[in-house]
Amino acid sequence: MSPCLHCGLPVSATAGDAARFCCAGCKTAHAIIGRLGLDRYYRQRQLDPSLRPPKPEETVVGPDGAAAFLGHRDGVATLNFFVEGLHCGACVWLIESVLAREAGVIWARLSMSTGRLVVRWRDGENDAARIQGAIASLGYRAVPFDPERLGLATERQDKALLRAMAVAGFAAANIMLLSVGIWAGHRQGMTSETRALLHWVSALIAIPAIAYSGRPFFASGLAALKARRTNMDVPIALAVVITPAVSLFETFSGGRHAYFDSSVTLLFFLLIGRYLDARARGRARSAAQQLVSLGAAAVTVLDGDGRAQSLRPEAVKTGMTVLVPAGGRIGVDGRVAEGASEMDTSLVTGESAPVRVRAGDAVFAGFLNFSAPLRISVTASGDGTLLAEIVRLMEAAESGRGRYVALADRVARLYSPVVHLLAALTFIAWTTLGDLAWQPALLIAVGVLIITCPCALALAVPVVQVVASGRLMRQGILMKSATALERLARVDHVVFDKTGTLTEGRLELLREAGFNETALAEAAAIAAVSTHPLARALARAVPGLVPAPGVRDVPGRGLGLDTPRGEVRLGSRAWCGVTEGEESGPELWLARPGMKPVRFFFHDRVRQDAAEVVQHLNVRGYGCELLSGDRAATVAEVAAAIGIETWRAAVTPANKVERLAELARQGRRVLMVGDGLNDAPALAAAYVSMSPSSAADVSQTAADLVFQGRHLAAVTEALAVAKACESLVRQNLAFSLLYNALAVPLAVAGLVTPLIAAVAMSSSSMVVILNAMRLGRRRGT
Amino acid sequence: MTILLYLLPIAVGLGLLGLGAFLWSLKSGQYDDLDGAAHRILFDDDDRPAA
Repeated sequence: MSPCLHCGLPVSATAGDAARFCCAGCKTAHAIIGRLGLDRYYRQRQLDPSLRPPKPEETVVGPDGAAAFLGHRDGVATLNFFVEGLHCGACVWLIESVLAREAGVIWARLSMSTGRLVVRWRDGENDAARIQGAIASLGYRAVPFDPERLGLATERQDKALLRAMAVAGFAAANIMLLSVGIWAGHRQGMTSETRALLHWVSALIAIPAIAYSGRPFFASGLAALKARRTNMDVPIALAVVITPAVSLFETFSGGRHAYFDSSVTLLFFLLIGRYLDARARGRARSAAQQLVSLGAAAVTVLDGDGRAQSLRPEAVKTGMTVLVPAGGRIGVDGRVAEGASEMDTSLVTGESAPVRVRAGDAVFAGFLNFSAPLRISVTASGDGTLLAEIVRLMEAAESGRGRYVALADRVARLYSPVVHLLAALTFIAWTTLGDLAWQPALLIAVGVLIITCPCALALAVPVVQVVASGRLMRQGILMKSATALERLARVDHVVFDKTGTLTEGRLELLREAGFNETALAEAAAIAAVSTHPLARALARAVPGLVPAPGVRDVPGRGLGLDTPRGEVRLGSRAWCGVTEGEESGPELWLARPGMKPVRFFFHDRVRQDAAEVVQHLNVRGYGCELLSGDRAATVAEVAAAIGIETWRAAVTPANKVERLAELARQGRRVLMVGDGLNDAPALAAAYVSMSPSSAADVSQTAADLVFQGRHLAAVTEALAVAKACESLVRQNLAFSLLYNALAVPLAVAGLVTPLIAAVAMSSSSMVVILNAMRLGRRRGT
Repeated sequence: MTILLYLLPIAVGLGLLGLGAFLWSLKSGQYDDLDGAAHRILFDDDDRPAA
């Protein structure tokens, strides 16, 4: 076996040119790259085995509507894509270079971090389909999207936060320099004029910086007050406004202490925490964005004269006729008006075996059309489709879960009234009992606000989250919900889906069944021309295959080949004229003249490490359960193979949600691991959920965590990291509270000078950050 | 201590310069693709389309 020259997948070693490539698509891709003189790609690339190999897709994607996402301005067309399957810098270079050689292209830039590609070309010199085709022929999947529909607003917010952080950082560093001078001056007899000058310069830097950088806190604090609530941002905003105000007053009256440094440093630390928090969420979101865009592929509509026109799914109206090419996904609900084909319904029903449809049958958005083009008359589109209904179900369940309050917020809710009360009491006590004028008393009260301000508290959770999500990301696990780790740490029961989760979601030929190698070779040679999943599975089973010439593809029925002996047929039992027995799973028949028909069985292979993962979970005391929509026999077999004792078969999506509710009533906290849109409501209804990223696109938006690769060990790893993460968060919170317990009495007693405030704040923040870093270094489970 | 009158504006001015540079780099999108930049340098070619 030697790897394919283009995609790196193994190819069997038979003689000749064919052996250097695994398929015709790879050979073409290699030829294109060679012709353009970009061979360097092969020398410099590093393929990541856990990602999708750059193998051009066998199904030809129909003339779908990249054009619908085109933007025109000043004679320049712009198109945005998400590119899937980027392995390394060489992939980026290759795609950019190939596009640069396309006619009329003036700009092609692909971001490796986000997979977003922007292509611009002079209008009329090229078209969207050709650009998309050029990328597809190299073996990468490019999905056009509309940048306006993605969360660009949040991206702008992140940038604004970063700018605020930069300004606060600049101000904090410069004021701190001046403050060191002031502190030293207290001991070395600095004149009051020099001190006043330094205070004035500090004020000059601090006040504009606070006005600019404090906006996120002011806005959030005000919003909370308007809703007659209080949140962590209220004491922050108060401290950040009152402190410089009082300090300014002190500066006017030539006082010894001004707290400009404390207020700006406080702001800087808090902004770091805020930014890390936003970034951890943003990364996961960008992955989710790609998936949302996948759902928005354009639909080809036929008008009265039979002319085709690309429309966005939401623009399609009931009664229109839609053309679905072989290999295309349906974007609307409807009835088949013309044609017969087979469809992959797994996105909606979770069933891995294809379903036959013919004129009059109802089909739903999300079905994938395999064998022949279909005309469909639309019965529902956009928000009316079953797909949209499921997504709504999922969102409803999700918003219910949105009530879950993160630990840090719960602490904050208790904490902020206490802080306000403490500061107010300090002020009242000093003015009435302590006989102090209101200015020094206010200064002491502000000292309390600064010391208690949740610097360490605000950093404690986001830093741990960032370190944890970084560690998970390196192993291909993406976190989509900010509170996922916290919920994951409390899980005590794991529910698995079967197809695509415990199994690989890909059909393979069952070797044990009764057929001989000659029959297999003959069947595979015929199957090689088809794009049908069973035929492809059959063709995959025979290495170094030479496709048989002259095979006829009868859409919706099967394949036929005329030989000197008579017609050989490959396909369904009806196509091959088999009457005895009953269909008991995905199967193909081979009928040869004068010979007994031969049956090929297919099955969905269980993931390599599934049994190990289940055993590991059992040892750790998690309950495991298998819920599947599949037939009882198949489910029982899989359950036995991996050692799950509790299983249920033929479960509908609604039943799954019911079962999860039942578990919740028993006080169980359930982790649901599943894929497929049929699992989406269950994923959303579970306490926390995970989904493999080979999964159907939409379900990834329902899951809290998404994992890549072929290994199920991601589940145990995520659970372990969540546990470690939770204990670190608790340690950090405990430390922050301990620090407050020590520092607050000092502040109330009026002993906190700017120097002490600066030291206390910085050191507590450092301790919290360093503690969180430990999670990144610890390896394994 | 009159030296402070010169040194303070210089120090703050230098700081502002750094801040300005950072804000400019942020605005011009230099942090948009942190992973890609590290790899891009390995492929020096002259036939990239002109911006």
